[in-house]
Amino acid sequence: MNHVLTIAPSIWRVPDLSLRWWPVFLRNLLVWRKLAIPSLVGNIAEPLMWLVAFGYGMGALVGSVRLGGVEVPYLLFLASGSICMSAMNAASFEALYSAFSRMHVQKTWDGIMNAPVNLDNIVLAEMLWAAFKALFTVTAILGVMLALNISHSPKLLAAWPVLLGVGITFSCIALIFNALAQGYDFFTYYFTLFLTPMMFLSGVFFPRDQLPGVLRTFSDWLPLTNAVELVRPMFMDEWPAQPARHALVLVAYTVGAFWLALALTRRRFRA
Amino acid sequence: MSEILFQASHLGKRYGGQEVVKDLSFSIAAGECLGVIGPNGAGKTTTIRMCLGLTVPDYGEVRALGLSMPGDALAIKAQLGVVSQFDTLDPDFTLAENLLVYGRYFGMKEAQIRERIPRLLEFAALAHKANVKPVELSGGMRRRLSLARALVNDPRLLLLDEPTTGLDPQARHLMWERLQVLLQQGKSILLTTHFMDEAERLCSRLIVLDHGRKIAEGRPRDLIQQHLEPDVVEAYGNGAMALMDSPVKSHAARVEVSGETVFFYTHRAKPLLDALAAHPMLRTLHRPANLEDLFLKLTGRQIREEG
Repeated sequence: MNHVLTIAPSIWRVPDLSLRWWPVFLRNLLVWRKLAIPSLVGNIAEPLMWLVAFGYGMGALVGSVRLGGVEVPYLLFLASGSICMSAMNAASFEALYSAFSRMHVQKTWDGIMNAPVNLDNIVLAEMLWAAFKALFTVTAILGVMLALNISHSPKLLAAWPVLLGVGITFSCIALIFNALAQGYDFFTYYFTLFLTPMMFLSGVFFPRDQLPGVLRTFSDWLPLTNAVELVRPMFMDEWPAQPARHALVLVAYTVGAFWLALALTRRRFRA
Repeated sequence: MSEILFQASHLGKRYGGQEVVKDLSFSIAAGECLGVIGPNGAGKTTTIRMCLGLTVPDYGEVRALGLSMPGDALAIKAQLGVVSQFDTLDPDFTLAENLLVYGRYFGMKEAQIRERIPRLLEFAALAHKANVKPVELSGGMRRRLSLARALVNDPRLLLLDEPTTGLDPQARHLMWERLQVLLQQGKSILLTTHFMDEAERLCSRLIVLDHGRKIAEGRPRDLIQQHLEPDVVEAYGNGAMALMDSPVKSHAARVEVSGETVFFYTHRAKPLLDALAAHPMLRTLHRPANLEDLFLKLTGRQIREEG
C-alpha cells in the first residue's frame, strides 16, 4: 500500500482571501433589502431613545461636561460617544445572532462551501457585512443628529469612515464568539459580560476622569475607548490629540480578532 | 475505456481513537453512476466530505477532473454539483432568487444565470413556483430545488448525499426519473443512499462500505450473483420458527431468521416451496434475491444507531 500521508493544515495558517467574498456579501445585502425598513427602525430607534432620555433628560441636570479644559454640552458629549456604541452594537448583533443563524441554523455557509468559495472568504464577507450594517445604522443616526442640530462639524465627514472602522473592529471581535457558540444563549454572556461593562468604562456616558486610576488605565486599552477618543473630537470640530495611537489600537484588535475568529471557525468546520 | 473523472486513492480518516474510513479507493468514469451504500456510521458522509475537500484525510488522495484536492478545491468545485444530505436552501429567497444567488458563488454573470433559471426550474418540475419561498414547498420539491441548484454551473460530475431520504414514493420516483435524465445527458454521479431499489435502479456500479472499509464493489446484478443464491423464500406465521429444525431446511443453501420470519436462500425454489406446502399455517413469499439481501448479508441485520 502506498499511502500518501497528509498533514492537516494548521488552523492558524495565513488567511486565504480573494474576491470570492463579494457574492456572499451580496447575498446578505439581497436578504436585507427585503427587510431594510423595519430593520432601520429597530437600528436607530434604540440609540435615539438613549439620546433623548439621557441627552435631554440628564443633559438638563448635568448641563455641560469638562473635557480637556473645554466645556462641552452634555448632549454633544453623549451623542459623540453613543454613536460609537451604536456602531459597536449594530456590528455585534449582526456578527453574532444573524451570522450564527446563517452558519449554524440555516446551514447557509455549508451550502456556499459546496460552491467554489472557501470558509475564509465567507468569514470575511460576514465581517464586512456586519461592518456595513454598522455603517448604515451610524449614517442614519448621524442624519438625525444633523437634523437635531446636535453637531454640524464638517469633520463629521472624517468621522464617518472612522465609524466604519469601528464597525469592522467589533464585527471581528464578535465573530470570535460566533465561532465558539453552541446556541444563541451564549451571546447573552458576551453582551452582559463584555459589551455592557465596556460601555460604562469607555467614556460614552461620563468622562473617564471619574474612573479610579487602575480602571482608567485598563480602559485606555479598550477598543470602545479608542473609538470614542477618535470620534468625539470630530463632533466638536477638532482633530483627535493622538490619532495614530488610537487607530493603532483599533487595528491591532481588528487584525488579532479576525485571525483568531478565522482560526476558531476553521476548527469548528474541520470536524 | 472511458475517461476517469474522479479518483479517490487509499483514503483514511480517524476521529479520536476511531478509524471511520480505512484505505478506501474508488473511481468514477465519465457517464457513470457510482453508488455508495452502507449502514449508518459506515463512513459515507466522511467520504463525501473528503471528496469535497471539507475534511482533510489523514492519508490518501482525491483527484478530480485532472486536479487534486484539497489544493485545487475551488477549481474542482467550480465543475461539481453537490446535493448535501440536509437542504441548505435560503429561506428568505424565492426559488428563482435561490438559483441566482447560488450561481453567483460560481462567479457566473447575472444575465447568464437568469437565462438558465427557467430551464432549471422546469427540470425540477418547479416552473410554477418560481416566485414562492422554499418554506411553501413539500419535501420532494425542496430536494428537487437542491438538485436544480446543484446544476446551476452545468457540472460534469454530481455528488449526491442521500438525495431521496425522507421522501414519499411519488417524490422519490420523480427524483429518480430526473437523475436518469441527467445520466442520459452524459453527467456522472456519485450517489450515497440507504435505498437498495434506488441503488439498483440508478447505479451502474456500487461499493458497499461497512465500518469505514469497502467490503464489496461491482455492478449490482453481478454482486447479487456473486454473493447470493438466486431465489429467496420468506416464511412467516404460526410455526415458522419450527422450520429451523425441520427437513425443509435441506432445500436451502442458507437460512436466516429475522424477527418472526425465516429466510431461505436457495438454488432450488420448487422443491422448497413444495415442502413448505405441507405447512398450511405458514405464509410464504417467493422472490428473486435482490440488493437488499446482499446488503444484509454483507453488513448483518443488527440495527446501527450510531452517527
